Amino acid sequence: MERASGYKARVKRTSPRSRILKNSIMAFISGGTICLIGELIARLFIRLGVEKSNAYILATVNLILLSAILTGFGVYDKIARHAGAGTLVPVTGFANAVVSPAIDTKSEGLILGVGAKVFTVAGPVILYGVLSGTVYGVIYYVTNLFMG
Amino acid sequence: MQKITYLENPVYIESFAAVGGLEESRGPLGGSFDLIDKKDLFGMKTWERAEGEMGRLALNIALKKLSVSPDELNVLVAGDLQNQCVASSGGLFSFGIPFLGLYGACSTCTEGLLILASMLTSSKTYTRGACVTSSHNCAAERQFRTPIEYGGQRTPTAQWTATAAGAFVLSKSPSDIAISAFMPGKIIDGYTKDQSNMGAAMALSAFDTVSSFFSENDPEDYDLILTGDLGEVGSRILRDMLCEKGGAPGKKLASIHNDCGLMLYDRSFQDAHSGASGCGCSASVMASHILPLVRRGEIRRMLLLSTGALMSTSSVCQGENILGVAPLIRIEHMPRG
Repeated sequence: MERASGYKARVKRTSPRSRILKNSIMAFISGGTICLIGELIARLFIRLGVEKSNAYILATVNLILLSAILTGFGVYDKIARHAGAGTLVPVTGFANAVVSPAIDTKSEGLILGVGAKVFTVAGPVILYGVLSGTVYGVIYYVTNLFMG
Repeated sequence: MQKITYLENPVYIESFAAVGGLEESRGPLGGSFDLIDKKDLFGMKTWERAEGEMGRLALNIALKKLSVSPDELNVLVAGDLQNQCVASSGGLFSFGIPFLGLYGACSTCTEGLLILASMLTSSKTYTRGACVTSSHNCAAERQFRTPIEYGGQRTPTAQWTATAAGAFVLSKSPSDIAISAFMPGKIIDGYTKDQSNMGAAMALSAFDTVSSFFSENDPEDYDLILTGDLGEVGSRILRDMLCEKGGAPGKKLASIHNDCGLMLYDRSFQDAHSGASGCGCSASVMASHILPLVRRGEIRRMLLLSTGALMSTSSVCQGENILGVAPLIRIEHMPRG
Protein backbone atom coordinates (compact mmCIF):
# COMPACT_ATOMS: atom_id res chain seq x y z
CA MET A 1 0.00 0.00 0.00
CA GLU A 2 1.25 3.41 -0.97
CA ARG A 3 2.30 5.61 1.92
CA ALA A 4 0.26 8.69 2.75
CA SER A 5 2.66 11.28 1.31
CA GLY A 6 3.13 9.35 -1.93
CA TYR A 7 -0.61 8.99 -2.35
CA LYS A 8 -1.27 12.66 -1.60
CA ALA A 9 1.28 13.57 -4.29
CA ARG A 10 -0.49 11.23 -6.71
CA VAL A 11 -3.88 12.79 -5.94
CA LYS A 12 -2.46 16.27 -6.50
CA ARG A 13 -0.89 15.17 -9.78
CA THR A 14 -4.08 13.54 -11.04
CA SER A 15 -6.69 16.09 -9.90
CA PRO A 16 -7.44 18.82 -12.44
CA ARG A 17 -7.04 22.33 -11.04
CA SER A 18 -9.60 25.11 -11.11
CA ARG A 19 -9.12 27.41 -14.07
CA ILE A 20 -7.97 30.45 -12.14
CA LEU A 21 -7.50 32.83 -15.09
CA LYS A 22 -10.86 31.99 -16.68
CA ASN A 23 -12.64 32.15 -13.31
CA SER A 24 -11.00 35.48 -12.51
CA ILE A 25 -12.03 37.01 -15.83
CA MET A 26 -15.61 35.72 -15.42
CA ALA A 27 -15.70 37.07 -11.86
CA PHE A 28 -14.41 40.45 -13.04
CA ILE A 29 -17.02 40.72 -15.78
CA SER A 30 -19.99 39.45 -13.73
CA GLY A 31 -19.05 41.30 -10.54
CA GLY A 32 -18.48 44.46 -12.57
CA THR A 33 -21.84 44.05 -14.27
CA ILE A 34 -23.64 43.76 -10.91
CA CYS A 35 -21.89 46.93 -9.71
CA LEU A 36 -22.83 48.66 -12.98
CA ILE A 37 -26.48 47.68 -12.49
CA GLY A 38 -26.26 49.06 -8.94
CA GLU A 39 -24.79 52.31 -10.23
CA LEU A 40 -27.55 52.62 -12.86
CA ILE A 41 -30.24 52.05 -10.21
CA ALA A 42 -28.63 54.72 -7.99
CA ARG A 43 -28.45 57.21 -10.87
CA LEU A 44 -32.07 56.51 -11.67
CA PHE A 45 -33.12 57.33 -8.10
CA ILE A 46 -31.00 60.51 -8.14
CA ARG A 47 -32.72 61.53 -11.37
CA LEU A 48 -36.06 60.88 -9.66
CA GLY A 49 -35.07 63.40 -7.02
CA VAL A 50 -33.79 61.13 -4.22
CA GLU A 51 -30.88 62.44 -2.16
CA LYS A 52 -27.51 60.95 -3.23
CA SER A 53 -26.73 58.96 -0.04
CA ASN A 54 -30.27 57.57 0.07
CA ALA A 55 -30.13 56.69 -3.64
CA TYR A 56 -27.14 54.39 -3.04
CA ILE A 57 -28.87 52.71 -0.10
CA LEU A 58 -31.91 52.16 -2.33
CA ALA A 59 -29.64 50.69 -5.02
CA THR A 60 -28.28 48.17 -2.48
CA VAL A 61 -31.78 47.27 -1.31
CA ASN A 62 -32.90 46.75 -4.90
CA LEU A 63 -29.90 44.55 -5.69
CA ILE A 64 -30.77 42.43 -2.66
CA LEU A 65 -34.37 42.19 -3.87
CA LEU A 66 -33.25 41.26 -7.37
CA SER A 67 -30.91 38.56 -6.03
CA ALA A 68 -33.66 37.15 -3.76
CA ILE A 69 -36.09 36.97 -6.70
CA LEU A 70 -33.51 35.31 -8.97
CA THR A 71 -32.69 32.83 -6.18
CA GLY A 72 -36.39 32.06 -5.73
CA PHE A 73 -36.79 31.32 -9.42
CA GLY A 74 -33.71 29.07 -9.36
CA VAL A 75 -31.68 31.30 -11.67
CA TYR A 76 -29.05 32.77 -9.35
CA ASP A 77 -27.15 29.51 -8.78
CA LYS A 78 -27.03 28.88 -12.51
CA ILE A 79 -25.45 32.30 -13.12
CA ALA A 80 -23.12 31.78 -10.14
CA ARG A 81 -21.86 28.49 -11.58
CA HIS A 82 -20.09 30.54 -14.26
CA ALA A 83 -19.70 33.85 -12.46
CA GLY A 84 -18.09 32.44 -9.30
CA ALA A 85 -16.71 35.15 -7.03
CA GLY A 86 -18.38 37.76 -9.25
CA THR A 87 -21.79 36.84 -7.83
CA LEU A 88 -20.48 35.76 -4.42
CA VAL A 89 -18.67 38.92 -3.28
CA PRO A 90 -21.26 41.68 -3.98
CA VAL A 91 -24.28 42.14 -1.70
CA THR A 92 -26.28 39.92 -4.08
CA GLY A 93 -24.19 36.93 -2.94
CA PHE A 94 -25.09 37.63 0.67
CA ALA A 95 -28.78 37.83 -0.24
CA ASN A 96 -28.51 34.51 -2.06
CA ALA A 97 -26.76 32.98 0.98
CA VAL A 98 -29.74 33.93 3.18
CA VAL A 99 -32.59 33.19 0.77
CA SER A 100 -31.35 29.79 -0.42
CA PRO A 101 -31.35 28.10 3.03
CA ALA A 102 -34.74 29.71 3.71
CA ILE A 103 -36.18 28.01 0.61
CA ASP A 104 -34.45 24.75 1.47
CA THR A 105 -35.67 24.51 5.04
CA LYS A 106 -39.24 25.61 4.44
CA SER A 107 -40.30 21.96 4.56
CA GLU A 108 -38.95 21.67 8.13
CA GLY A 109 -41.25 24.37 9.52
CA LEU A 110 -40.99 28.08 10.27
CA ILE A 111 -39.30 27.78 13.67
CA LEU A 112 -36.93 24.78 13.58
CA GLY A 113 -36.56 24.93 9.80
CA VAL A 114 -36.37 28.44 8.37
CA GLY A 115 -35.91 30.20 11.72
CA ALA A 116 -33.08 28.03 12.96
CA LYS A 117 -31.29 27.41 9.69
CA VAL A 118 -31.70 30.60 7.66
CA PHE A 119 -28.20 31.80 8.60
CA THR A 120 -26.35 28.50 8.14
CA VAL A 121 -24.38 29.94 5.22
CA ALA A 122 -24.40 33.64 6.09
CA GLY A 123 -24.01 33.10 9.86
CA PRO A 124 -20.19 33.08 9.88
CA VAL A 125 -20.14 36.27 7.79
CA ILE A 126 -22.52 38.00 10.21
CA LEU A 127 -20.69 36.76 13.35
CA TYR A 128 -17.16 37.56 12.24
CA GLY A 129 -18.28 40.70 10.42
CA VAL A 130 -19.77 42.10 13.64
CA LEU A 131 -16.79 40.84 15.67
CA SER A 132 -14.16 42.39 13.41
CA GLY A 133 -16.25 45.59 13.24
CA THR A 134 -16.22 45.74 17.03
CA VAL A 135 -12.46 45.11 17.24
CA TYR A 136 -11.85 47.78 14.60
CA GLY A 137 -14.16 50.18 16.46
CA VAL A 138 -12.26 49.70 19.74
CA ILE A 139 -8.91 50.24 17.98
CA TYR A 140 -10.30 53.37 16.31
CA TYR A 141 -11.64 54.68 19.64
CA VAL A 142 -8.39 54.03 21.55
CA THR A 143 -6.26 55.51 18.76
CA ASN A 144 -8.41 58.63 18.71
CA LEU A 145 -8.00 59.05 22.49
CA PHE A 146 -4.23 59.43 22.07
CA MET A 147 -4.01 60.93 18.59
CA GLY A 148 -7.06 63.15 18.57
CA MET B 1 -8.46 -12.61 7.01
CA GLN B 2 -10.13 -11.43 3.81
CA LYS B 3 -11.58 -14.30 1.79
CA ILE B 4 -13.46 -14.68 -1.45
CA THR B 5 -16.63 -16.76 -1.35
CA TYR B 6 -17.26 -18.70 -4.55
CA LEU B 7 -20.86 -19.86 -4.71
CA GLU B 8 -21.33 -23.47 -5.79
CA ASN B 9 -24.99 -22.75 -6.19
CA PRO B 10 -25.17 -19.21 -7.53
CA VAL B 11 -27.84 -16.70 -6.68
CA TYR B 12 -29.68 -15.18 -9.63
CA ILE B 13 -30.75 -11.65 -10.44
CA GLU B 14 -34.27 -12.29 -11.71
CA SER B 15 -35.47 -8.79 -12.26
CA PHE B 16 -34.25 -5.22 -11.94
CA ALA B 17 -35.40 -1.65 -12.58
CA ALA B 18 -33.90 1.81 -12.70
CA VAL B 19 -35.61 5.11 -11.90
CA GLY B 20 -34.03 8.52 -12.46
CA GLY B 21 -34.50 12.27 -12.67
CA LEU B 22 -33.87 15.05 -15.17
CA GLU B 23 -30.08 14.96 -15.42
CA GLU B 24 -30.15 11.16 -15.69
CA SER B 25 -32.64 11.42 -18.56
CA ARG B 26 -30.32 13.81 -20.41
CA GLY B 27 -27.36 11.44 -20.05
CA PRO B 28 -26.36 8.65 -22.44
CA LEU B 29 -28.36 6.06 -20.46
CA GLY B 30 -31.52 8.18 -20.25
CA GLY B 31 -33.44 6.02 -22.71
CA SER B 32 -32.68 2.84 -20.77
CA PHE B 33 -34.28 3.91 -17.49
CA ASP B 34 -37.60 2.27 -16.63
CA LEU B 35 -39.04 5.49 -15.27
CA ILE B 36 -37.99 9.14 -15.37
CA ASP B 37 -39.45 12.19 -13.63
CA LYS B 38 -37.98 15.35 -15.11
CA LYS B 39 -39.22 17.36 -12.13
CA ASP B 40 -37.12 15.17 -9.80
CA LEU B 41 -40.00 15.15 -7.26
CA PHE B 42 -41.87 11.96 -8.24
CA GLY B 43 -45.14 13.49 -7.07
CA MET B 44 -43.81 14.21 -3.57
CA LYS B 45 -43.53 17.50 -1.69
CA THR B 46 -39.94 17.20 -0.47
CA TRP B 47 -36.70 15.95 -2.02
CA GLU B 48 -36.31 13.52 0.89
CA ARG B 49 -39.71 11.92 0.23
CA ALA B 50 -38.92 11.90 -3.49
CA GLU B 51 -35.85 9.74 -2.83
CA GLY B 52 -37.93 7.18 -0.94
CA GLU B 53 -40.55 7.25 -3.68
CA MET B 54 -37.89 6.50 -6.29
CA GLY B 55 -36.94 3.37 -4.38
CA ARG B 56 -40.59 2.34 -4.09
CA LEU B 57 -41.20 2.89 -7.80
CA ALA B 58 -38.06 0.97 -8.76
CA LEU B 59 -39.00 -2.04 -6.64
CA ASN B 60 -42.59 -1.90 -7.87
CA ILE B 61 -41.43 -2.01 -11.50
CA ALA B 62 -38.93 -4.82 -10.82
CA LEU B 63 -41.70 -6.88 -9.17
CA LYS B 64 -44.16 -6.19 -12.00
CA LYS B 65 -41.62 -7.31 -14.62
CA LEU B 66 -41.42 -10.61 -12.78
CA SER B 67 -45.14 -10.80 -12.01
CA VAL B 68 -44.57 -11.55 -8.36
CA SER B 69 -46.20 -9.90 -5.37
CA PRO B 70 -44.29 -8.40 -2.42
CA ASP B 71 -45.60 -11.31 -0.29
CA GLU B 72 -43.35 -13.66 -2.20
CA LEU B 73 -40.21 -11.86 -0.99
CA ASN B 74 -38.59 -13.07 2.22
CA VAL B 75 -36.34 -10.12 2.84
CA LEU B 76 -35.64 -6.59 1.61
CA VAL B 77 -32.22 -4.98 2.07
CA ALA B 78 -32.00 -1.30 1.25
CA GLY B 79 -29.97 1.82 1.88
CA ASP B 80 -29.61 5.43 0.81
CA LEU B 81 -27.62 8.55 1.60
CA GLN B 82 -29.98 10.26 4.02
CA ASN B 83 -29.37 10.41 7.76
CA GLN B 84 -30.64 7.22 9.44
CA CYS B 85 -31.55 5.84 5.97
CA VAL B 86 -35.04 7.34 6.17
CA ALA B 87 -35.53 7.33 2.41
CA SER B 88 -35.43 3.53 2.31
CA SER B 89 -37.62 2.94 5.35
CA GLY B 90 -40.12 5.66 4.43
CA GLY B 91 -40.32 4.67 0.79
CA LEU B 92 -40.43 0.91 1.19
CA PHE B 93 -42.56 0.30 4.28
CA SER B 94 -45.77 -0.06 2.28
CA PHE B 95 -44.52 -3.32 0.73
CA GLY B 96 -44.61 -5.10 4.09
CA ILE B 97 -41.46 -7.07 3.33
CA PRO B 98 -39.11 -7.90 6.27
CA PHE B 99 -36.48 -5.17 6.09
CA LEU B 100 -32.79 -4.69 6.83
CA GLY B 101 -31.49 -1.12 6.48
CA LEU B 102 -27.93 -0.68 5.27
CA TYR B 103 -25.42 2.12 5.27
CA GLY B 104 -22.31 1.82 3.16
CA ALA B 105 -22.41 5.30 1.63
CA CYS B 106 -22.14 4.90 -2.15
CA SER B 107 -21.03 1.27 -1.79
CA THR B 108 -24.52 0.29 -0.58
CA CYS B 109 -25.64 -1.23 -3.90
CA THR B 110 -22.90 -3.86 -3.94
CA GLU B 111 -23.09 -4.23 -0.16
CA GLY B 112 -26.82 -4.97 -0.40
CA LEU B 113 -26.45 -7.44 -3.27
CA LEU B 114 -23.61 -9.18 -1.40
CA ILE B 115 -25.56 -9.48 1.84
CA LEU B 116 -28.70 -10.62 0.06
CA ALA B 117 -26.77 -13.20 -2.00
CA SER B 118 -25.14 -14.59 1.13
CA MET B 119 -28.49 -14.72 2.99
CA LEU B 120 -30.15 -16.60 0.16
CA THR B 121 -27.21 -18.99 -0.04
CA SER B 122 -27.04 -19.74 3.66
CA SER B 123 -30.75 -19.96 4.42
CA LYS B 124 -32.78 -22.96 3.34
CA THR B 125 -36.06 -21.20 3.87
CA TYR B 126 -35.29 -17.96 2.05
CA THR B 127 -35.92 -18.23 -1.66
CA ARG B 128 -36.28 -14.70 -2.89
CA GLY B 129 -35.34 -11.18 -1.75
CA ALA B 130 -34.83 -7.68 -3.05
CA CYS B 131 -32.16 -5.01 -2.81
CA VAL B 132 -32.98 -1.33 -3.33
CA THR B 133 -30.63 1.65 -3.15
CA SER B 134 -31.25 5.29 -3.91
CA SER B 135 -29.77 8.77 -3.80
CA HIS B 136 -31.24 12.17 -4.60
CA ASN B 137 -29.09 15.07 -5.68
CA CYS B 138 -31.12 17.73 -3.86
CA ALA B 139 -31.48 15.72 -0.62
CA ALA B 140 -27.73 15.01 -0.63
CA GLU B 141 -26.76 18.62 -1.43
CA ARG B 142 -28.92 19.82 1.44
CA GLN B 143 -27.50 17.30 3.87
CA PHE B 144 -23.82 17.25 2.95
CA ARG B 145 -23.07 20.50 1.15
CA THR B 146 -24.88 23.81 0.65
CA PRO B 147 -28.52 24.78 0.06
CA ILE B 148 -29.73 23.83 -3.42
CA GLU B 149 -30.20 27.38 -4.70
CA TYR B 150 -26.94 28.60 -3.18
CA GLY B 151 -24.72 30.11 -5.86
CA GLY B 152 -21.30 28.57 -5.58
CA GLN B 153 -18.66 27.27 -7.91
CA ARG B 154 -17.60 23.65 -7.58
CA THR B 155 -14.07 22.39 -8.10
CA PRO B 156 -13.29 20.20 -11.15
CA THR B 157 -12.79 17.20 -8.85
CA ALA B 158 -16.31 17.43 -7.38
CA GLN B 159 -18.94 14.87 -8.34
CA TRP B 160 -22.67 15.11 -8.95
CA THR B 161 -24.88 13.00 -6.70
CA ALA B 162 -27.23 11.04 -8.95
CA THR B 163 -30.99 11.39 -8.56
CA ALA B 164 -31.64 7.73 -9.15
CA ALA B 165 -32.64 4.43 -7.64
CA GLY B 166 -32.13 0.82 -8.61
CA ALA B 167 -34.02 -2.27 -7.47
CA PHE B 168 -32.94 -5.88 -7.87
CA VAL B 169 -34.88 -9.07 -7.16
CA LEU B 170 -32.66 -12.03 -6.34
CA SER B 171 -33.63 -15.67 -6.06
CA LYS B 172 -32.29 -19.20 -6.12
CA SER B 173 -34.21 -20.24 -9.21
CA PRO B 174 -31.96 -20.12 -12.30
CA SER B 175 -32.09 -17.23 -14.77
CA ASP B 176 -29.67 -15.48 -17.15
CA ILE B 177 -27.75 -13.41 -14.62
CA ALA B 178 -25.94 -14.99 -11.70
CA ILE B 179 -24.00 -13.70 -8.73
CA SER B 180 -21.29 -16.32 -8.46
CA ALA B 181 -18.79 -14.90 -5.96
CA PHE B 182 -18.44 -12.11 -3.45
CA MET B 183 -15.94 -10.50 -1.14
CA PRO B 184 -16.41 -7.65 1.33
CA GLY B 185 -13.78 -4.91 1.17
CA LYS B 186 -11.63 -3.56 4.00
CA ILE B 187 -11.96 -0.01 5.30
CA ILE B 188 -9.07 1.82 3.67
CA ASP B 189 -7.68 5.24 4.59
CA GLY B 190 -8.12 7.49 1.54
CA TYR B 191 -5.51 10.00 2.83
CA THR B 192 -7.87 12.72 1.63
CA LYS B 193 -9.76 15.31 3.64
CA ASP B 194 -11.33 17.12 0.69
CA GLN B 195 -14.99 16.16 0.36
CA SER B 196 -14.93 17.65 -3.13
CA ASN B 197 -12.53 14.91 -4.17
CA MET B 198 -14.31 11.69 -3.15
CA GLY B 199 -12.91 9.79 -6.13
CA ALA B 200 -9.39 10.20 -4.76
CA ALA B 201 -10.60 9.22 -1.29
CA MET B 202 -12.14 5.96 -2.57
CA ALA B 203 -9.62 4.90 -5.25
CA LEU B 204 -7.32 3.19 -2.75
CA SER B 205 -10.15 1.03 -1.41
CA ALA B 206 -11.03 -0.07 -4.96
CA PHE B 207 -7.36 -0.81 -5.63
CA ASP B 208 -7.12 -2.86 -2.44
CA THR B 209 -10.20 -4.95 -3.26
CA VAL B 210 -9.22 -5.51 -6.92
CA SER B 211 -5.66 -6.48 -5.91
CA SER B 212 -6.92 -8.96 -3.30
CA PHE B 213 -9.39 -10.53 -5.70
CA PHE B 214 -6.89 -10.97 -8.52
CA SER B 215 -4.24 -12.43 -6.23
CA GLU B 216 -6.11 -15.70 -6.89
CA ASN B 217 -8.01 -14.95 -10.13
CA ASP B 218 -6.97 -14.46 -13.74
CA PRO B 219 -7.85 -11.07 -15.33
CA GLU B 220 -8.19 -12.79 -18.71
CA ASP B 221 -11.42 -14.43 -17.51
CA TYR B 222 -13.16 -11.07 -17.08
CA ASP B 223 -14.83 -8.69 -19.52
CA LEU B 224 -15.42 -5.78 -17.18
CA ILE B 225 -14.37 -4.42 -13.82
CA LEU B 226 -16.95 -1.86 -12.88
CA THR B 227 -16.41 0.54 -10.01
CA GLY B 228 -19.30 2.53 -8.54
CA ASP B 229 -18.44 6.21 -8.52
CA LEU B 230 -14.73 6.89 -8.64
CA GLY B 231 -15.36 9.48 -11.34
CA GLU B 232 -12.64 10.81 -13.60
CA VAL B 233 -10.06 11.46 -10.88
CA GLY B 234 -10.53 8.23 -8.91
CA SER B 235 -10.65 6.12 -12.08
CA ARG B 236 -7.40 7.59 -13.33
CA ILE B 237 -5.73 6.96 -9.97
CA LEU B 238 -6.99 3.35 -9.93
CA ARG B 239 -5.88 2.63 -13.50
CA ASP B 240 -2.48 4.28 -12.97
CA MET B 241 -1.88 2.26 -9.83
CA LEU B 242 -2.97 -1.01 -11.49
CA CYS B 243 -0.61 -0.35 -14.42
CA GLU B 244 2.31 0.68 -12.21
CA LYS B 245 2.04 -1.99 -9.55
CA GLY B 246 0.33 -4.90 -11.28
CA GLY B 247 2.63 -5.64 -14.22
CA ALA B 248 0.98 -7.19 -17.29
CA PRO B 249 -2.14 -8.45 -15.40
CA GLY B 250 -2.49 -4.96 -13.92
CA LYS B 251 -2.47 -3.40 -17.39
CA LYS B 252 -5.15 -5.88 -18.48
CA LEU B 253 -7.25 -4.94 -15.43
CA ALA B 254 -6.85 -1.24 -16.18
CA SER B 255 -7.95 -1.84 -19.77
CA ILE B 256 -11.21 -3.54 -18.76
CA HIS B 257 -12.02 -1.06 -16.00
CA ASN B 258 -14.96 1.30 -16.26
CA ASP B 259 -16.83 3.39 -13.74
CA CYS B 260 -20.59 3.92 -13.32
CA GLY B 261 -19.84 7.54 -12.41
CA LEU B 262 -18.37 8.07 -15.88
CA MET B 263 -21.30 6.41 -17.67
CA LEU B 264 -24.36 8.12 -16.24
CA TYR B 265 -23.83 11.64 -17.61
CA ASP B 266 -22.39 13.18 -20.75
CA ARG B 267 -19.82 15.39 -19.12
CA SER B 268 -19.25 17.38 -22.31
CA PHE B 269 -22.48 19.28 -21.71
CA GLN B 270 -23.73 18.17 -18.29
CA ASP B 271 -22.34 19.94 -15.25
CA ALA B 272 -21.12 16.76 -13.55
CA HIS B 273 -17.43 17.72 -13.27
CA SER B 274 -15.57 14.51 -12.28
CA GLY B 275 -18.67 12.31 -12.76
CA ALA B 276 -21.72 10.92 -11.00
CA SER B 277 -21.83 9.60 -7.45
CA GLY B 278 -24.29 8.33 -4.85
CA CYS B 279 -25.97 5.04 -3.93
CA GLY B 280 -28.27 5.48 -6.90
CA CYS B 281 -25.39 5.83 -9.37
CA SER B 282 -24.10 2.25 -9.51
CA ALA B 283 -27.61 0.85 -8.84
CA SER B 284 -29.21 2.68 -11.77
CA VAL B 285 -26.30 2.14 -14.17
CA MET B 286 -26.40 -1.58 -13.39
CA ALA B 287 -30.18 -1.84 -13.71
CA SER B 288 -30.50 0.31 -16.84
CA HIS B 289 -27.41 -0.52 -18.85
CA ILE B 290 -25.08 -3.23 -17.53
CA LEU B 291 -27.43 -6.06 -16.49
CA PRO B 292 -29.23 -6.09 -19.88
CA LEU B 293 -25.78 -6.56 -21.47
CA VAL B 294 -25.06 -9.47 -19.10
CA ARG B 295 -28.50 -10.94 -19.84
CA ARG B 296 -27.76 -10.89 -23.58
CA GLY B 297 -24.31 -12.40 -23.02
CA GLU B 298 -22.48 -9.32 -24.29
CA ILE B 299 -20.77 -9.24 -20.92
CA ARG B 300 -19.97 -12.79 -19.83
CA ARG B 301 -18.25 -12.24 -16.53
CA MET B 302 -17.73 -9.04 -14.60
CA LEU B 303 -17.00 -7.59 -11.19
CA LEU B 304 -19.03 -4.87 -9.55
CA LEU B 305 -17.35 -2.81 -6.85
CA SER B 306 -19.48 0.09 -5.66
CA THR B 307 -17.16 2.39 -3.79
CA GLY B 308 -18.19 4.16 -0.60
CA ALA B 309 -16.69 7.28 1.00
CA LEU B 310 -17.16 6.86 4.74
CA MET B 311 -17.52 10.30 6.28
CA SER B 312 -20.00 12.69 7.81
CA THR B 313 -20.25 16.47 7.70
CA SER B 314 -18.91 16.49 11.30
CA SER B 315 -15.97 14.17 10.59
CA VAL B 316 -14.93 16.34 7.63
CA CYS B 317 -15.17 19.56 9.68
CA GLN B 318 -13.16 17.90 12.44
CA GLY B 319 -10.35 17.22 9.97
CA GLU B 320 -10.65 13.44 9.81
CA ASN B 321 -9.50 11.59 6.70
CA ILE B 322 -12.23 10.25 4.42
CA LEU B 323 -12.14 6.44 4.50
CA GLY B 324 -13.11 4.23 1.60
CA VAL B 325 -14.68 0.80 1.26
CA ALA B 326 -15.26 -1.29 -1.84
CA PRO B 327 -17.18 -4.58 -1.51
CA LEU B 328 -17.14 -6.82 -4.57
CA ILE B 329 -19.52 -9.19 -6.30
CA ARG B 330 -18.94 -11.28 -9.41
CA ILE B 331 -21.76 -11.32 -11.96
CA GLU B 332 -21.94 -13.82 -14.78
CA HIS B 333 -24.05 -14.55 -17.82
CA MET B 334 -25.64 -17.98 -17.43
CA PRO B 335 -26.85 -19.37 -20.73
CA ARG B 336 -30.06 -21.29 -20.16
CA GLY B 337 -30.61 -24.66 -21.62
